[in-house]
Amino acid sequence: MSTPTSRDARSVVLERIRAALGVRPIEAAIPVEYRVPVAPDVDLITRFADRLAGYHAIVHRVPRATMTEAIADVLAKRPVRRLVVPDGLPEAWLTRLEVERLTDVPQLGHGELDRADGVITACSIAIAETGTIVMGGGPGQGRRALSLLPDYHLCVVDADQIVANVPEALARIDALRPLTWISGPSATSDIELSRVEGVHGPRTLEVLIVVDWQHWPVSGVPEASIAPGSRGTGRT
Amino acid sequence: MSESIGHFARSSSPSFSGTPPFPDAARIALADEQLRTNLRRATHTIRDKRARVVAEATDWEELRVAGAAIKDEVLARLPELLVELESNVTAAGGIVHWARDAHEANAIVSGIVKATGATEVVKVKSMATQEIELNEALARAGVAAWETDLAELIVQLGHDLPSHILVPAIHRNRTEIRDIFRREMAAAGRPAPADLTDDPVALAEAARLHLREKFLRARVAISGANFAIAETGTVCVVESEGNGRMCLTLPETLITVMGIEKLLPRWRDLGVFLQLLPRSSTAERMNPYTSMWTGVTPGDGPREFRLVLLDNGRTDTLSDPVGRQALRCIKCSACLNVCPVYERVGGRAYGSPYPGPIGAILTPQLRGIARHPVDEQTASLPYASSLCGACFEVCPVRIDIPEVLVHLRAEVVRQHGWRARTLSQEAALMRPLAIVLSGPRQLGMIERLAAICGRVVARRGWIRRLQLPGLLGAWFRRRDLREPARQSFRRWWRRTGSRGADL
Repeated sequence: MSTPTSRDARSVVLERIRAALGVRPIEAAIPVEYRVPVAPDVDLITRFADRLAGYHAIVHRVPRATMTEAIADVLAKRPVRRLVVPDGLPEAWLTRLEVERLTDVPQLGHGELDRADGVITACSIAIAETGTIVMGGGPGQGRRALSLLPDYHLCVVDADQIVANVPEALARIDALRPLTWISGPSATSDIELSRVEGVHGPRTLEVLIVVDWQHWPVSGVPEASIAPGSRGTGRT
Repeated sequence: MSESIGHFARSSSPSFSGTPPFPDAARIALADEQLRTNLRRATHTIRDKRARVVAEATDWEELRVAGAAIKDEVLARLPELLVELESNVTAAGGIVHWARDAHEANAIVSGIVKATGATEVVKVKSMATQEIELNEALARAGVAAWETDLAELIVQLGHDLPSHILVPAIHRNRTEIRDIFRREMAAAGRPAPADLTDDPVALAEAARLHLREKFLRARVAISGANFAIAETGTVCVVESEGNGRMCLTLPETLITVMGIEKLLPRWRDLGVFLQLLPRSSTAERMNPYTSMWTGVTPGDGPREFRLVLLDNGRTDTLSDPVGRQALRCIKCSACLNVCPVYERVGGRAYGSPYPGPIGAILTPQLRGIARHPVDEQTASLPYASSLCGACFEVCPVRIDIPEVLVHLRAEVVRQHGWRARTLSQEAALMRPLAIVLSGPRQLGMIERLAAICGRVVARRGWIRRLQLPGLLGAWFRRRDLREPARQSFRRWWRRTGSRGADL
């Protein structure tokens, strides 16, 4: 719907563009097909975990068989009494939980979400190269506000959901969904360039990577957690 | 509330207009030692981080070439891509507006806001809205526009002007920020705590609390856009703090103001740009939050989405075959961070929301240099450079900034009337120079003359403190000259011939 003025503006702008190009057209550049580099032969899970930890998120690997206990353990260490649980999160994940659950049906108001202590979600896809989690509103992810207002976000990533790089991820994402790409908790360097974590988004991001047996590190000892900021060119 | 709006309308924005021409503005900025210290630290830090993170990307040059090609394709196919974008946004429930200039864009946005009945809006950082001075227009319409980026908040509360594209408050140190918060937050909302320290963590916490209540109650948000995908109608905003996510998902109405050049043709093109932008701007593999949305999604986010497509000089820029590459710009600010000139004077000396190397070529073009002569301040911008070329090296979309600078300088000279061109000091110097350089014999005579004069004037091989009038004097005031060679190479060669000393 456009008002008469807007319609005029549209024609004028398009006409101006054509005139600008018409006099000296841009030589049609041979379309450069950016060739996505072959993903290096790296352990994607380790790379993802390292890079995400480099952003000061808290990252754990947990075996699939014990993930329900792991979820409960992780939450027990947090001051989370009221946890937002999006629609479609597998009930099996939550059987050991001893917190009050807030569901989004009917939709929680902004104030209620703000007063929740935390939120648990699944994710759509994860990117190893950049340590990124993509939320696309699918099952267990909820609408965008759910993972924005609570101060603590616990995200469960299945190791199978991790792809190597950004182009691979884009090929698998539905562009028409509202999407949030998360690479660590929020941060700013606006004050004298000194990095401060946690401005508006959740100040604590904790990630559980659910793996099958054969993806344990060679040492055989389950890597319970990776210290934040210990690896990679994370942010300073 | 109305007092706050009035307060901000009355005492707001110093404006960029009124900045003197660059050489004068630079001299003023150079005297500000605090600014220079902050800038030097900031630019060097980001520069180093960027270098490290770019080195890690083994296909960085391919990415740059692809980025430049995609953006050139956008410009070449701009009409059809804009129409495709409009069609897809509309199909997804959004409404698209077109604005020929700043005035029209402001009128459109004000109209939308007033129609909702809201008297305040929250804003995500947007260069386009700064360019059109939207906040001032909204204030005149009785609407308070709250900046939510921490740096923009600092600039807004401080009644100040931004000095950098990415870290606009870099000219402020932590104590100044604390003082600004203490003084000004109360008038704009939740006051700063009385015992607020200047520790960055405490300052960020104060900003968090101050803004939180605005996020939760805002009914209208205004944003810019980093990218808009023609193929799908998706708009993309890249950020760090979470204020973007707040503004883009919580209010009922979202208005996005976007320059017409900010398109990408296809969804997969994001793969190139989401690798180029974070590494070039904040020097990270990926920024904390990127939001993407297409039109309206029932039950998730705003119920109303308006996209305002802004021309405001971009079509003028497009008409210049050399200068139009400036429209590839993705506003990463990598060029600012490597520029030796910017490092020393900061953004405000450029008198435009776009400072630094990109500002020097974009601002004159947006202000219409292709169509008509521009004012003295704008005309000084292409000269705000030593042409070192560092900007071109770091530009993720390979804008040849030095080429455009030289091109615009020629344009500025051409625009001076014939009187200025023939009677100016510069012309008076260029004419004899043209004679001297017109042939080897003339050049040879001058070289001999220079050698003789040099021997008289030089002390221990250097000519210092040469007092000369006018332009020449200005050049020598800042530079020492080596004594000219006793004989030119050609003379030496002629004397010694090919039998001369082994080379």
